[in-house]
Amino acid sequence: MLGYILRRVLWIIPVLWVIATITFFLMHFVPGGPFTREKERPPALERAIQAEYGLDKPVYEQYARYLGKLVRGDLGISFRDRQPVIETIRTQGFISGQIAFLSLLIAVTVGMTLGTLSALKHNGPLDYLGVLFATIGASVPHFVLAAFLSTVLSVQLGWFDLLGWGGPKAASDLLNPSAYDYRKMVLPVIALSTLPAAYIARVTRASMLEVLNQDYIRTARAKGLREYRVVLRHTLKNAMIPVLTVIGPIAAILVSGSFIIEEMFNISGIGKEYVVAVRGRDYGLIMGTTLFFTLIVSVSSLVVDLLYAVVDPRIRYS
Amino acid sequence: MATGQSVITQPLVLGDDMWGRDHRGLWTDAWRRLVRNRLAVAALFFLIVVASIAFLAPYVHVIERYSPSATSRENQLGPVADHWFGTDQLGRDMWSRTLEGIRVSIQVGLGTQIVVLTLGLFFGVLAASGGRLTDNVVMRFTDIMFSFPDLLFVILLRQILIGRDIPLLTNTAVICLAIGLIGWTTIARLVRGQMLSLAQRDFVLAARALGSPRWRIIVQHMLPNTLGPVIVAITFGIPTAIFLEASLSFLGLGVPPPVATLGSLVSEGYRVIQRNVWGVVFPATAIATLMLCFTFIGDGLRDALDPRTR
Repeated sequence: MLGYILRRVLWIIPVLWVIATITFFLMHFVPGGPFTREKERPPALERAIQAEYGLDKPVYEQYARYLGKLVRGDLGISFRDRQPVIETIRTQGFISGQIAFLSLLIAVTVGMTLGTLSALKHNGPLDYLGVLFATIGASVPHFVLAAFLSTVLSVQLGWFDLLGWGGPKAASDLLNPSAYDYRKMVLPVIALSTLPAAYIARVTRASMLEVLNQDYIRTARAKGLREYRVVLRHTLKNAMIPVLTVIGPIAAILVSGSFIIEEMFNISGIGKEYVVAVRGRDYGLIMGTTLFFTLIVSVSSLVVDLLYAVVDPRIRYS
Repeated sequence: MATGQSVITQPLVLGDDMWGRDHRGLWTDAWRRLVRNRLAVAALFFLIVVASIAFLAPYVHVIERYSPSATSRENQLGPVADHWFGTDQLGRDMWSRTLEGIRVSIQVGLGTQIVVLTLGLFFGVLAASGGRLTDNVVMRFTDIMFSFPDLLFVILLRQILIGRDIPLLTNTAVICLAIGLIGWTTIARLVRGQMLSLAQRDFVLAARALGSPRWRIIVQHMLPNTLGPVIVAITFGIPTAIFLEASLSFLGLGVPPPVATLGSLVSEGYRVIQRNVWGVVFPATAIATLMLCFTFIGDGLRDALDPRTR
């Protein structure tokens, strides 16, 4: 088991390396450079700027330099504000991380509850409601839902605020209740979590239905176990495995979704940062944010694989 | 001798009678099951109607009475007799613009799948039929591309390719290519897995024993048997691509203006939503409807083609 975890963790290194390489060369193909402006500068100044940031060197040399620094944990600086990229990722990533974490939490809770209820009341009114939610929720893009929610709940009813994020700005404030402003937290989280919730509800329902038909469930009922025990211990636990398989894709959905949500609610998170970085060809920031997102996706898929073994004792990694 | 023959032929004839079924293949069976799924048929029918209207619009004056880019003084209208879906900030007819958006969405949805299918089949077959080393290299590459956050890759590639004068590479094709180049990994894994399990089956062994060349076994015996799950995955890939394109357009990173896309229409409408909700309602409904239709068709196909549900 330990060997397996170690191998999986080590595998993240080549993943990051290949993705860094692809991104590095691709971004140099994007027309224009970080300092391309409408107005032309005197050639001497242009050369000085290029030399200052090492952009006058051939691309492969810049690549080698970047890798050299990356190995030592240095992500370089952003060309826009000369801040270290790692700082931007830390502050912006903290905000995006909160949104993603809360959304995942709500998606899993709501999705599994709905899916379980649907399966238990198979073909009843509750089941149809659940299926309706799962189908529509999976077909409505984040921005459509966000537009709808913000029009009704914020503009019309005035329940929530629209711009910015209400969570704490720094890790030290996580336990400080006054750092939270729920009026600015509810809408982005609902908008981001609905799609994954619908997805999870659908998978949970299908997998619960399959397990509920198994002989061992009939046995469990026959020997007089209480219904909640049958559901929680015998059904839900066995139905978890297909649900876990979608948690991986959901990490990716949350990443893509955060781009939209941050744009719509004007939250300065890391998705918004990436869009700005690509538009401004801010090389350091593009690389930093890409590696950050890749790391998140890789680590979450590793965690999911390890969770399989927790849920299903038959799965052994070696 | 004569009796021997009858012994051999008799059970075969009997066998056919016993099951009493006429000779229909996997695809006829699947088609019958699909037709029995009312939701999928309704979705397919509805989609064909919508697509016909959208693609005929530029040529039929009755459908499209205003060009999608023609501005007028009557801006920010709700639905009226002259403009069924109202008009936008510049007085452009939202009905024509929504139809144009639907055209782009369908083109992107289908076009992306062509790229996905080509690359997925290529890498899947390569991994399954190459040697152990090839398999390892291709699959590790697939794993890595799978971990690439798709939106980041698509945005980067879009920035590189958009607006370049490359023949055949229209702006819509750029989006298809960008989404397809990251989306093939699922198909490649699927094809490889299927091919590896098929390679153990008796009919492949029989074909090999009869001396069929390798390419022939792959193309004629193995690939057709992988098609079922691949078609299902491709169908589900369509709404995903439509979703991704709409998200890109919403961020202003999709098919550039003056072409109207559903994502950019929602984004434009959202900016003035307090004055006119209809600018968001119609394109948003269009996206959701398209995605729902393709999802229902995908569900129907999966139930029809997945042997487990038989």
